[in-house]
Amino acid sequence: MLNEIAFLLCAALTLAGAVAAMMLRNLVHCALCAAGAFAGLAAIYLQLDAEFVGFAQLLIYVGAIAILIVFTVLLTRGAEIQPGAASSASSWWKGVPVGALVLACLIWSIMASPSLVRLPSPNVHAPVKQIGEQLMNQFVMPLETIGLLLTAALLGAVVIGLREPRTSEPNS
Amino acid sequence: MESIIQYLWLIPTAPLLAAGAGALLPRRRRRLSAGLAIGAISISFLLSCAAFWATLHSGRATSNFRWFDFGTTSVQMGWVLDPLGAIMAVMVALVSLLIFIYSLGYMAKDENFTRFFCFLALFAAAMLGLVIANSLLLFFMCWELVGLASYLLIGFWFQKPSAAAAAKKAFIVTRIGDLGFLVGMLWLYAKAGTHLFYDHGQGCLEPAAAGGLVASTAIALLIFCGAVGKSGQIPLHVWLPDAMEGPTPVSALIHAATMVAAGVFLIARVYPLMTPGALQVVTWVGALTAVFAASIAVAQSDIKRILAYSTVSQLGYMMMGLGAGGVAVGMFHLTTHAFFKALLFLGAGSVIHGCHEEQDIRKMGGLRLRLPVTFATYAVGMMALSGVPLFFSGFWSKDAILDALHHWRGSQVPFYLGLLGAFLTAFYMTRQVCRVFLGKPMTVEAEHAHESPPVMTVPLLILAALAVMVGFFGTPAWPWFQAYLDGGSAGFDLSKLMNEHQLPVMLLSTALVAAGIVWSGWIYGRASARPAREADPLEVAQPALFACVQKKFYVDEFYDATVVRLTTAFARFCDWLDRVVLGGLVRAVCWLALALARLDRNVDKSVVNEGFDIGTEAVRGAGQWVSRLQNGQVQRYLRVIGLAFCGLLILLLWGCA
Amino acid sequence: MTPSLNQYLVLSALLFGIGLAGALARRNAVLVLIGLELMLNAANLNFIAFWRFGPHPEKLMGLMFVLFSIAIAAGEAALGLALVIAIYRHRRTAQVDRFDSLKG
Repeated sequence: MLNEIAFLLCAALTLAGAVAAMMLRNLVHCALCAAGAFAGLAAIYLQLDAEFVGFAQLLIYVGAIAILIVFTVLLTRGAEIQPGAASSASSWWKGVPVGALVLACLIWSIMASPSLVRLPSPNVHAPVKQIGEQLMNQFVMPLETIGLLLTAALLGAVVIGLREPRTSEPNS
Repeated sequence: MESIIQYLWLIPTAPLLAAGAGALLPRRRRRLSAGLAIGAISISFLLSCAAFWATLHSGRATSNFRWFDFGTTSVQMGWVLDPLGAIMAVMVALVSLLIFIYSLGYMAKDENFTRFFCFLALFAAAMLGLVIANSLLLFFMCWELVGLASYLLIGFWFQKPSAAAAAKKAFIVTRIGDLGFLVGMLWLYAKAGTHLFYDHGQGCLEPAAAGGLVASTAIALLIFCGAVGKSGQIPLHVWLPDAMEGPTPVSALIHAATMVAAGVFLIARVYPLMTPGALQVVTWVGALTAVFAASIAVAQSDIKRILAYSTVSQLGYMMMGLGAGGVAVGMFHLTTHAFFKALLFLGAGSVIHGCHEEQDIRKMGGLRLRLPVTFATYAVGMMALSGVPLFFSGFWSKDAILDALHHWRGSQVPFYLGLLGAFLTAFYMTRQVCRVFLGKPMTVEAEHAHESPPVMTVPLLILAALAVMVGFFGTPAWPWFQAYLDGGSAGFDLSKLMNEHQLPVMLLSTALVAAGIVWSGWIYGRASARPAREADPLEVAQPALFACVQKKFYVDEFYDATVVRLTTAFARFCDWLDRVVLGGLVRAVCWLALALARLDRNVDKSVVNEGFDIGTEAVRGAGQWVSRLQNGQVQRYLRVIGLAFCGLLILLLWGCA
Repeated sequence: MTPSLNQYLVLSALLFGIGLAGALARRNAVLVLIGLELMLNAANLNFIAFWRFGPHPEKLMGLMFVLFSIAIAAGEAALGLALVIAIYRHRRTAQVDRFDSLKG
């Protein structure tokens, strides 16, 4: 019962953050609300006995990505002042029906699958040590690949984000 | 004999090489080209003499070789050495040699001297090749080559339109005869399978080999067509008088002594093929030609034309001799005629040369004092041609012909025609001599005439001597020539002159010749004292007949009116056919092609192009329509992905359920 | 341990739907990226839930997937935001409906 209440609280926090992030006018508020949704999800992970993933979620999403989004929002601040920005907000009809349809389908499929009605495995724990061992044994190749990918993404982001050379300055 | 036959081919080859070399020489190398030609013909003459010497002791020798094969048959060619060819070769080479030398003087001032000797050498080569040929095919090739040389030499002064026309006429008219010759030759080959005259010592041209009497007669007559064309017999004689447009040595060599005699020689060569029926035709054609041409000669005034008609007439005699008397009779007259007619032509050339290119006998006269050598030799030639008895060759050869005609079983008419011809010959020759040499000069040119240089008179003297002497080889008392040709031996027997067969004919012809000379001399001896403007005495007596004869019996006009006009009309018809019918057809096809092309263009334009336009428009429209999906809005793509995801999910769920 | 698998899955589906609707509806590129992150997190939640309720949780398969997913999401976010900044610098806007250079 306690778990149920905790789950519901966490789920409510997450959903509220997500909805707020998608609906608020102010972009900074949106970013903060998204961070809230990510934090709610991290709590649910903890509740599901995935401590390591929960903390990783908290660190990366709330700590890194949300901050990155806030920085981007601040850097592209002039965008919302553009003419036509007001009209752009009033286009919910383009997204909500599709989102609702997808949601309906997903829920229908979840409800329609009898195999999903099961109990959780008892005594599940995923210690950090075991995760580390797995990463160094079975998942060493994906780990290295991810490292490569992140390095490439880092370099790419730096190159893209660099200021243009002075020659093409007048264009910008 | 065996050795000389090996080298027989050198006889025509020497002048041929000279002609080839002469053709390459530049125009100014006059001495070299003349020297080449004369040297070559001298070699030919010496070789001919050697060959002649060889034939005195043995009969016939041949040297054949295979020219080419096709299928199972092979075409053979070769050369033959027999009395007939040897005597002809000697005669041709000797006359050629003398005329070449004469030409040195006659053509001295011509600027195309080099070309002239080149052509002369070419002619000599072809003629000598014709003489020694042992195959009708080789004979025909050489025959056409002499025709070509004749064409080139008649038209030597091609700047003169008349000379060019005469050359063309000679070539075309002889070609008509050659067509018959060619057809006969092909027919003969089809029947006999060979064109050789002699092979392995046997004659190949027997009537039996040619497939019977009728076929043989037809073939013989077709071959005779060639002889008619080449030897100027009726009705193809028209080219020979016109051929006098060529230089006089050419007239002497080709159109008197050698080439025109080739027709007679041809008949002698294929004599085994000549059936009695064919020989009858030959005799009649010869008889008609002899009288016809002699009568025309009476009324001509051009010194060379008179001799030309005389040549035609004498060729008729030769044909008569062949037809009635055989090879020996005809060939004997051919030989004697070659010498005295060459002599006469060269004498005429000397006269023309002396009188500054004047050819009209009415504008001459009194030349005996100014050209004594020419006069003397010309008189010899004239008497030989007329047939003055005993000392002149023409008498003996003509008498042999008349004798043969007298004993001919066919008909006596040719005999009387021959007698008439003899009378006419004496008449016109006397007329000519009176007009040219006797009396008083008619013009200033004739008064200032000059004798020709020795290079021209020496050949005249040699020919005059020959014109006298050759006759003695064929008298009835000592028929060496006949015996030589027939392969027998001849003994000297004066009594044969006096037998009852020969004597009446001889006396009759002598009387007629004497009558001709005296009458003509009486008429023209007086006439030559009068001014030139006055008409011919015969014209005064018989104006209509004379005019008719002077116009050569209107044969040329007749041909113009019939053959030429027909040909022209036919050519016009062909032209019309070509223009209207064929041209129309071509135009129709062209129009059809154009119409098809237009249709094609329209189809292309309206169907293919339109079709493609519509197709491409549709594709472009479709592309535009599809490209609207690709509007660059990522959210649209995402939306579509979402909808597609829903569709997929629904499909799966329904599928599972 | 009262909440069932279905509850987690429904939560995940809701999160996904909200993210999708936002990504489709909002014009600002940053918000679209946030929507995408939400959808990615919904997927991550599914992984964790199936791992927890799966038959062999000791193999840590779902956890590993989520770890890598988070790493990739981090890279994606970094690149995406860099792109947004770069485009903004060029076009002076962050509205995705203005970015239609690739339209057919």
